[in-house]
Amino acid sequence: MKFNFYGSGMGEGMMMTLRHLFRRPITVQYPEQRLNTSRRIRGNELVWNDEKCTGCEICAKACHIGAIVMEIDPVKVEKKNKVYKYEVDTGYCIMCGLCVEACPFKALYMGYDYERAKYKRGDLVQTKEMMKETPEKHVSGYFYPEKAAGLPLQTLLIDKISEEK
Amino acid sequence: MTEFNWGHFGLFAVLILVSVLTVVMGFIWFERRALARMQIRLGPNRTGPFGLLQPVADVLKVLIKEDIVPAQADKIVHWLAPIVALVPALMIFAVVPFQDGGLLADLNIGLLYVLAVSSVSTLGIFMAGWASNNKYTIIAAMRDVAAVVSYEIPLALSLVGVILVAGTMSMNGIVQEQNNVPLIFWQPLGFFIFFISGLAEINRTPFDLLEADSEIIAGFHTEYSGMKFALFYLMEYAETLALSALVATFFLGGWQGFLLPGWLWLLLKIVLVFFVIMWIRATLPRVRIDQMMSLAWKFLFPLALLNMVITGIEVVAWPDALPWVLIPVNIVIAAGLIILMSRNHKTGWGRVEV
Repeated sequence: MKFNFYGSGMGEGMMMTLRHLFRRPITVQYPEQRLNTSRRIRGNELVWNDEKCTGCEICAKACHIGAIVMEIDPVKVEKKNKVYKYEVDTGYCIMCGLCVEACPFKALYMGYDYERAKYKRGDLVQTKEMMKETPEKHVSGYFYPEKAAGLPLQTLLIDKISEEK
Repeated sequence: MTEFNWGHFGLFAVLILVSVLTVVMGFIWFERRALARMQIRLGPNRTGPFGLLQPVADVLKVLIKEDIVPAQADKIVHWLAPIVALVPALMIFAVVPFQDGGLLADLNIGLLYVLAVSSVSTLGIFMAGWASNNKYTIIAAMRDVAAVVSYEIPLALSLVGVILVAGTMSMNGIVQEQNNVPLIFWQPLGFFIFFISGLAEINRTPFDLLEADSEIIAGFHTEYSGMKFALFYLMEYAETLALSALVATFFLGGWQGFLLPGWLWLLLKIVLVFFVIMWIRATLPRVRIDQMMSLAWKFLFPLALLNMVITGIEVVAWPDALPWVLIPVNIVIAAGLIILMSRNHKTGWGRVEV
């Protein structure tokens, strides 16, 4: 006699939920506990290197949203155009990364940070000073594998479960 | 006719109100936490230690919410519905004994009173569904009425076995009868039927068709908000608590126990039954309306009739049978009957067994 249809499946399911009761929850308590993001994350900001930048405006042309505004001096000094104004409206930015890929001088990177919520839309506009790389502001490894190698590995939930055991 | 004792009445009325509200809030916390752990989540853990104040926060939130009545609603019925639904759920506790003789009213027909009162909540739910003037609420209300009308029959018939074995309809008397062996051993089949039909009666998973979120939004309380919604929420948990208390009283020996005081034993048994109800909620998916109806009429109803007949024969033929002889016989009969009935059970035209 087969017992498959007399509630044995129900019993199996009940035992499954009971076993789960004694498992460790995989919830991450976000503000206190954080997972490492992907090393190639396209964080919602851009990081700009003003020493390498020649003011060629290729990034602004690559941006199909038109989020990058650049004002340069048309006269070249030592093969560089002086950049007067460089602004990215991250409210418009769709984090496609095309500007980073387009830059021929490796002067533009995606940011590693993702907590950039603001109260006002105007605050989302990044100016020249806000875009420079600082010790707090890391560069994402997007499009630059040598930068990615220096970043911590992404924590996966599956690793988190197995390390607790 | 004894004189009406106002002191006793007042004390127990306050005691029941306070304890039911406290235990319901505890249950809400317990269910949310344990359900979350079964889904390897954490559950509410921010408000107070272990999130214990979460029900309090919920109550506060619901109290300050706006009370909205739909423009085309039947206003008076819409107002009355939560009260009509909640009060019967609280009234059941009037006959649940906390100690030997420690209950509001030791009716000699306590069991009948429970059966009579428990189904009045459905009226409140139907009033809510009808008065809201919304197709989802009326569908939910009709499903609830269909479920209660069907499941009331096996529920009542399974309790006939309890009456036959205990020889009394007084709730305190039934508990006193169980001082050696809890009735679940005398009535395994009756317990099975009572528990399943009870789940359908209070609309818990897997019979929570009237709150099927994926089909009919929130069921009968779609159009309710604020304190009236809170009353429905309270009603659901008060009914769950009532079912747990009834199962504990009828089948698990109520306040009977050793060492600990009676009310604590009752509470422990209630929490145990509630845990099983919650465990079922964490596991089983919702049934369809036709599956629910066929389970009531084709499976539980014949089983309940058979259980009544078999119990009657046992009580009449071997009134002084030794418990240790009769209990295994009862369990074997119950298991055999359940397997036999499942074998021949069909939902609609197809057999369950392929």
